[in-house]
Amino acid sequence: MIKIITRKMFVVLVVLMAQISISFAQDLLRIDITQGNVDPLPVAINPFQGQDDQPSMIGTDIANVVKSDLNRSGLFQSINPEGFIEKDLRVNARPRFGDWRIINTQALVIGKVANMEDGRISIEFRLWDVVAEQQMMGLQLISTPSNWRWIGHLVADAIYERLTGETGYFDSRIVYVDETGPKNRRVKRLAIMDQDGHNPRQITTGQSLALTPRFSPTAQEITYLSYANRQPRVFLLNIETGQQEIVGDFPGMTFAPRFSPDGQKIIMSLERSGNSNIYTLDLRTRVSRRLTNTLAIDTAPCYAPDGERIVFESDRAGRQQLYVMEADGKNVQRISYGEGRYATPVWSPRGDLIAFTKQLNGRFLIGVMKPDGSGERILTEGYHNEGPAWSPNGRVLTFFREQKGEKAGPGLWTVDVTGYNERPLKTPGFASDPAWSPLIR
Amino acid sequence: MRKLFRSSNIVVALGASVLLTACAASGTVSGSYGGSSDESAVKELVRNVGDRVFFSTDSAGLSSEARSTIMRQADWLKTNSKSLTIEGHADERGTREYNIALGARRANSVKDYMISLGIDGSRLETVSWGKERPVSLCAEDACWSKNRRSVSVIQ
Repeated sequence: MIKIITRKMFVVLVVLMAQISISFAQDLLRIDITQGNVDPLPVAINPFQGQDDQPSMIGTDIANVVKSDLNRSGLFQSINPEGFIEKDLRVNARPRFGDWRIINTQALVIGKVANMEDGRISIEFRLWDVVAEQQMMGLQLISTPSNWRWIGHLVADAIYERLTGETGYFDSRIVYVDETGPKNRRVKRLAIMDQDGHNPRQITTGQSLALTPRFSPTAQEITYLSYANRQPRVFLLNIETGQQEIVGDFPGMTFAPRFSPDGQKIIMSLERSGNSNIYTLDLRTRVSRRLTNTLAIDTAPCYAPDGERIVFESDRAGRQQLYVMEADGKNVQRISYGEGRYATPVWSPRGDLIAFTKQLNGRFLIGVMKPDGSGERILTEGYHNEGPAWSPNGRVLTFFREQKGEKAGPGLWTVDVTGYNERPLKTPGFASDPAWSPLIR
Repeated sequence: MRKLFRSSNIVVALGASVLLTACAASGTVSGSYGGSSDESAVKELVRNVGDRVFFSTDSAGLSSEARSTIMRQADWLKTNSKSLTIEGHADERGTREYNIALGARRANSVKDYMISLGIDGSRLETVSWGKERPVSLCAEDACWSKNRRSVSVIQ
């Protein structure tokens, strides 16, 4: 087992007071992110300056993380600093707003990095509304220099939150299956990385096939399917210690695991004599409970964020379709009635939508529908798209896509819940089965 | 069945058990898990009896060809005291979790038929590999149909 060093360093957040008295006459900038923003907001982010307003390597790096996060969201378009008219930006000075309006800037971020006596760094930044000529936010963060990427994500989250009114998701991670080797001898390891694809590292050895990893609500543990000893069983892996254990003592194959929202239970499929039914295992009492009882394939269960309902797929009506039931297994309702087959349902952390894989006419699509089955929308379509997972704020989905061909392999993608802003997510090699961490705040 | 073994992508299955064991040890090739100790028995099962059964899309139903293969496996099991692990596999045109369940359904379909032919269920184990271990790699049904299979392996 590969041991992982998680970041333990502390970040101190201080709210900076506005330098200038604020007039409240005008409405401040706000992005409506429900519409699938076609026009991203132009934002200028200056490379954070160092001591005595000199250029700073770490300051530039931090600003680049902020830029990249905001650009990837599709809601912002950062302006190239070469086009800046006002050059000597100071975090504690009021910018010349006219200079920024000329280059069509709407939001301006000015930051600074200072070295502290104890070896830590202090980052200060302000977010300005160029049109209203007002400060929207001022923050100071203190941490160790090695945390520069994390700091960048925190700054980006703060800006995103201030401008959209939604929770940010840049300070989060993605666990996925790293794939190497030819298709008939694929080695599959669990790997974990920052949500922007940086800092990828493998967390299982590849000795046994590892599939479908899912985060615990604390992001400290992962439940997944392992073929250890060539027996497919649900495992629990502690990311920090590397320790793992089989979940429960079931008499058959267990697979398709997920945590309950309170982290107390694992929900999964248990296969006996060719039939797969849904069970939960209480991690404290070790008591298991059967929730479905059919001769069909009932699998891919996922709790609603309030833990009161469960969505799953079943072929009890002939083909894979989505069903919702209460947490005790009662009151099962079919929710998908469209053409084709529906699989891998995942409930949004906001509770408002369920994402799924749909197979139609030999194509694999990713879509969303409301928990009552209405309002189905397809977000992406192609030869093979599978296994959507939600960003912690329920605004972005990650999934894997595979191209046709012997040498082809899967890669990770992201798409906005509106269907806009589809982008590849870079991984060192082939990658599949992504799951997004909750926010670690 | 015999025709299939001439195709190049089944070369490993044709090889002596030395090869099979070597591959099983590195955990790389499907249809060879289970680490057999008896070279001639493996050869007999793979070459003469037929170790695999094919299924149509999204089905665990047994065709007449599948049933005759399983009958030969059952007859062969009556001549020895071996136990089998029946691996169930699916093609790549399905979702991961469902295909794991489908592979289990296929393996059990073979197991149930063998039991109905008088084989003691305690000699038969099943395991599903879902879509994780294809043997044919092209993106056409010609290959997918070879991947929708069960493979009986001596324990």
